[in-house]
Amino acid sequence: MNSLQPNTDNPPAPWNIELDGLCLGYGDTVVLEEVSDILPAGEISVILGGSGCGKSTLLRHILGLNRPFKGRIRLGGKDLFALSPKEFRKVRRRMGVLFQDGALLGSLTLAQNVGLPLFEHTNLPQRLIDEVVDYNLSLVGLEKFRDYFPNELSGGMRKRAGLARAMVMNPPLLLCDEPTSGLDPINSAQMDHLLLNLKRNFSYMTIVVVSHDLSSMQKIADHVLLLNRGRVAFAGSKADVWKSEDAYVKDFLERKEPLETHTHTLSAEASRALQRWIDP
Amino acid sequence: MALNRPHILAALGAPVIDFTQSCGALFLFTIEAFRCIFARHMLRRVAWQVYVIGAKSFWLILLIGLFTGMVLGLQGYYALVKFGADGFLGAAVALSLIRELGPVLTAIMITGRAGSSITAEIGVMRISDQIDALDVMDINSMSYLVSPRLVASLIVFPMLTAIFDIIGIIGGYLTGTVLLGLNQGVYIARVHSSVEMLDVRGGFIKAIVFGVLVSMACCYMGYFVHQRRDSAGPEAVSNATTAAVVLSCVLILMFDYVLTSFLL
Repeated sequence: MNSLQPNTDNPPAPWNIELDGLCLGYGDTVVLEEVSDILPAGEISVILGGSGCGKSTLLRHILGLNRPFKGRIRLGGKDLFALSPKEFRKVRRRMGVLFQDGALLGSLTLAQNVGLPLFEHTNLPQRLIDEVVDYNLSLVGLEKFRDYFPNELSGGMRKRAGLARAMVMNPPLLLCDEPTSGLDPINSAQMDHLLLNLKRNFSYMTIVVVSHDLSSMQKIADHVLLLNRGRVAFAGSKADVWKSEDAYVKDFLERKEPLETHTHTLSAEASRALQRWIDP
Repeated sequence: MALNRPHILAALGAPVIDFTQSCGALFLFTIEAFRCIFARHMLRRVAWQVYVIGAKSFWLILLIGLFTGMVLGLQGYYALVKFGADGFLGAAVALSLIRELGPVLTAIMITGRAGSSITAEIGVMRISDQIDALDVMDINSMSYLVSPRLVASLIVFPMLTAIFDIIGIIGGYLTGTVLLGLNQGVYIARVHSSVEMLDVRGGFIKAIVFGVLVSMACCYMGYFVHQRRDSAGPEAVSNATTAAVVLSCVLILMFDYVLTSFLL
């Protein structure tokens, strides 16, 4: 991989993310309530929580893909849902997003995928777009795969390509949905290393990572937002999360099994039938 | 016990409300697709869709058109010969193709070949977050995915209908003259004398309307696949694809009747 350098001489101002009394969900279902926190500018914030606790829902709302039932989201001081459509689009162009599986367009090559925002939003000649694309692909170690289609790549490579696309417009805000899920330990460590490098070299960038990977959180997080049962269980620095006295936070960090035991039992008839089937 | 059951009026009304809402949503979707036509790089995207929807359907339309014309020639001949009017075969074949069968069969064939793949492609993009990714990059997903297909359909449907009509008339000619021994000059003269510009215009109007209906129904089903209540994920894409083809065919036949009653 190349050494990381911002591909601009004029870096944007860093943005923080203020979540103020958010109540979120889909349709009539409330997924998260009373979510308030400030994800600090220029740092890596990790949104943690068990499966189905609403991490990705929160991310979708920060991206402006869904509107909260209540509360405000401020990006760099601007209330996201009070913006005019034109300003909203401007803010969106300043976000880089890595979706869970990369969300690369299947009909485009890797180079076309990474260059898509430039192709759509700028008048740069193709030669310069290619140069920026090659630079961003080299950041994630995929420069040799520029003409491959997404279905010809592994899951980890697709994620790295998604990261290259997210980075191509020099965003002050980078949001990553489960960047290490489904990756082997080496690829996972590589992704963490990449995010840390981005933070180190792109000081203007606020990085938000949605994850349930504790080891990854330990390596990369400056700030932690832990969600449980539709509410915030912890919000604060990584150092403070380990000092928390909250029972759920402790259990989550120590990977304890839940206290509730399994009360469902199989009926004798079902058990016998199953046994006969397994061992005739 | 009966308290939990919905009232009969509610049970009858719910699907009507659903249908009305869907019609309204489809209408607004179409308006939005037209509004997004004048976007950057539209020409390039339209050209690609003309190739995908049109050029790739060319041989199928040629084949179906030929055999439709041949069957029309065969059936028409045996019907007309009973009245001693077999000389009118050319007129019968040409008029039925240009006014009715050409636009309808072409639209149904394109629905089966390209419409289903439009729904499946957009549906897969929806469930794999690709459409969200476009929106987040501030790339209007309507102008990127839907409007090019709409414009391409407006170009392709009349062109393929014209090809279907011509090849159908040639098919009728082959059965009528080569197989059944009808005079070649009579067949061509009857085609020439019976077909008026009004018939051709009517056929083209139908083709254009069917182009809008098919492209919008197929795009709509794929675009909103995540909102389906009957299924989710890949199953939803498969159900949406089936629903898109059925809806398109129903709309084609319904609007064919409406347009015919206005154009006659």
